[in-house]
Amino acid sequence: MLKRTALFAAHQKLGARLIDFGGWEMPLQYTSIVEEHLAVRNAAGLFDISHMGEITVSGAAAEAFLNRVLTNDIRQLTPGLGQYTLMCNPRGGVLDDLYVYRLSDEVYLLVVNASRTAADVAWLQSQRETFPRRDEVSLTDASHNYSAVAVQGPRVKEFINAVIPGAAISARRANAVSDLKKNEIGGFRSEHGGVLVARTGYTGEDGFEIIGSDEALRHVWDRILELGTPRGLKPCGLGARDTLRTEVCYPLYGQELDEQTTPLEAGLGFFVALGKGDFVGRNALVDQKTGGVKKKLIAFKMTGKSAPPRPHYAICSGGQKVGQVTSGTQSPCLGVGIGMGYVPPELARPNTEIEIEIRGKNFPAVVVPKPIYPVAGRRRMG
Amino acid sequence: MSNVPSDLKYTKSHEWVRVNGATATVGITDHAQRELTDIVFVELPEIGRQVKAGDGCAVVESVKTASDIYAPVSGEIFETNKMLADDPALVNREPYGSGWFFKIRLSQPDELDRLLTPEQYQAQIGE
Repeated sequence: MLKRTALFAAHQKLGARLIDFGGWEMPLQYTSIVEEHLAVRNAAGLFDISHMGEITVSGAAAEAFLNRVLTNDIRQLTPGLGQYTLMCNPRGGVLDDLYVYRLSDEVYLLVVNASRTAADVAWLQSQRETFPRRDEVSLTDASHNYSAVAVQGPRVKEFINAVIPGAAISARRANAVSDLKKNEIGGFRSEHGGVLVARTGYTGEDGFEIIGSDEALRHVWDRILELGTPRGLKPCGLGARDTLRTEVCYPLYGQELDEQTTPLEAGLGFFVALGKGDFVGRNALVDQKTGGVKKKLIAFKMTGKSAPPRPHYAICSGGQKVGQVTSGTQSPCLGVGIGMGYVPPELARPNTEIEIEIRGKNFPAVVVPKPIYPVAGRRRMG
Repeated sequence: MSNVPSDLKYTKSHEWVRVNGATATVGITDHAQRELTDIVFVELPEIGRQVKAGDGCAVVESVKTASDIYAPVSGEIFETNKMLADDPALVNREPYGSGWFFKIRLSQPDELDRLLTPEQYQAQIGE
């Protein structure tokens, strides 16, 4: 039996096509992946992300504990600020990639991948047991308490304050939701209970993720549809979520990231603070930083007419297999096949000509800088 | 509600067949194009290829996924729809018209009797 989010009835009402995503019955698309994708780039899109996991870590030693298990430097976070970070095993392999928010001095919220929630909680608990100040850290899987949506796109700021009116009452004390800056999180009152609003997302566009009780989020979902639809907003499924994140080269756990792959190989060194002191995986990552990586994540574009690249297709160079596609699709914004994949570092430089094997035939492609589709005003990643 | 024209024959795998004497034109149904949505590429068989009923002989790619298209009947592929190379979305817009895939010269005309009638296909897709 697949798990369903609190918004399941809303998806059915909108005629969503549903798929099994990591044990959750989630919308793949409502009308068309391309239409939904373009709505996010040009106006706005609304996503149910309630399947994602939420873990709270609190206590006097919460900061020290998280700085031991996560790769980024958590001491950069003042209350009301979040950061992208990774959790590694001792070999430097990625256990999960996640957002961590500091809600107050001693309270942190981790937003993790749905498919990894149980493994993350088990790992964090085992790490806590060997942590010297374990009595000063408490750790709770709060996933079942929360629903969540993402509302993304250049026009979201026009209506978000009407969806959630008023000033923040906790975390970043913004005067209005639209006053939050990138990666800031505020706690706001809504008619149906408090919600946390963070200015972040997985599409490359400006936007917010909103977390709260099932009842609060059902209300928020309806209000966003009501106020956003006249401005071009569409409800969007996981299909568009995947094409949007692929265009901007955000990794997806299970495709670009796994326990055998390090953040350095994935081009995520910016989020690994090797200088912050010891943390799980640091020794392996320092060795890799010194000795060099054996594979590197590239972004590529098809250069001729071909079917779109797909995960697991071979990447070739001079007719020899040199790597594998991790994500691939037809870019709705560019109208060409695009993808990511791992190759030896000597083939990872932009403008390197490669081939993608599609059903037994090789088609030309070229390594391109990340992101593949640069969204205006956004810092490049990786 | 999908369109199921009454003058065509159908397969369980959502191809349609328009019989014209000793040849047949093949495409995918309105129901199939709706399920796929956003069609971005069609890979067609080579002219002259001999196919058996049930052989995978074309691939249709939507943004999300690649799907095989099967020969509904046996014979020789003698023409393919070149317009699909430049405009694969024709399959979405006109699945029974300019969005056709290929034409077969029938080698086993009696196979046509095994195809689904419009009523049977309609029942299969449950609309």
